Amino acid sequence: MKARVHVTFKPGVLDPQGKAIQKALAGLGFDGVQGVRQGKVIELELSETDFARARESVREMCEKLLANTVIENYEIELDA
Amino acid sequence: MRAAVIVFPGSNCDRDVAVALARAGAAPAMVWHKDADFLAVDLIVLPGGFSYGDYLRCGAMAAHSPVMREVVRRARRGVAVLGICNGFQILTEAGLLPGALIRNANLKFVCQDVHLCVETSQSLFTARYAAGQTIRVLIAHHDGNYVAGERELERMEARGLIAFRYVDEAGSASNTANPNGSARNIAGIFNETKTVLGMMPHPERLADPALGGIDGRPLFDGLVEALS
Repeated sequence: MKARVHVTFKPGVLDPQGKAIQKALAGLGFDGVQGVRQGKVIELELSETDFARARESVREMCEKLLANTVIENYEIELDA
Repeated sequence: MRAAVIVFPGSNCDRDVAVALARAGAAPAMVWHKDADFLAVDLIVLPGGFSYGDYLRCGAMAAHSPVMREVVRRARRGVAVLGICNGFQILTEAGLLPGALIRNANLKFVCQDVHLCVETSQSLFTARYAAGQTIRVLIAHHDGNYVAGERELERMEARGLIAFRYVDEAGSASNTANPNGSARNIAGIFNETKTVLGMMPHPERLADPALGGIDGRPLFDGLVEALS
C-alpha cells in the first residue's frame, strides 16, 4: 500500500520560502498569485494491507518524525 | 567536571567545543551517537554542525538517535545539557526545549559576528556573566529563526527562561540587530529548571584570544565552576 503524507507549515508560521516563490512567479509574469506556502510530500511504501492499521501507523510516523507538530500540520492519503 | 560531547554523523563543531571545554579545565569525552549507554558525566554537549545533513528538518533525525533517549532521560533527571546551533535544533526536536528553529527570515545562510544581551546571570551557564551584559559572539546558520506560540513566549519571559537576545552594540534588541527573524530577538533559551540551555550562537568560537575574542569563555568557565 502506498501512503502519501503532505506536511505544511501551520497557518501563522512565517514561510519566507513561499514568499520567495511568490515573488519569482510575479517576476515571470504570473499575475494574481495572492499567496504561496511551500510544504513537502513524503511517499511511503508499506507492507501493511489493512487501511485502518496503515493509517494509524503512518499517523504515528508523522507525530514522531515526519512532521514537527509544533510548527507543521500533516495530511495522510492512502492508496491501495 | 566531566563532559560528554555527542557526535552525530554530520556534526562538525564537536572538536571546537571539546577544545573550549578542555581549556576551561573540563575533561571532555567524545561520544558517538550510537553509544546509547555512555559514561556518567556532569555536562552533556550537543555541538553544532549538520547532523544527518539537515535532512527532513534540522536536528529531526539526530533527535531520534540511540544516544538521545539516554540524553533525554538524564536531562529529565537534572544533568546539565548545552546545545549549540544544531544542538539547539536537536533539543527542540527532542522536546527538551519548547518552540522550533526554522529557516532564517531573509532566506540566507548568515555567518557574522553578533552582539548578545546575557539576560540573566542566575544559571550555571551564565553565572560568570553580569545580568544585562553585552557580549560579542558569532553565528553561522541557515535555520536559526526561533519560533514559539505567543503564550509560550510570554511564559518563558515571565519565568526568566530567555538566556540570550540579539542586540546591537549599544545593547538594544532592535530589528536591525536581529540576524534571522527570531521571535523577540531570542538567541538562546533555558528549560524550566535552567539546567538545559539551547543557543544558536557559537560560544566555543570566541573562547581563545587567537580566535579573535573571548566573550564565550565565561560560559565554559562558569560551567566548570558550577559543576566540578
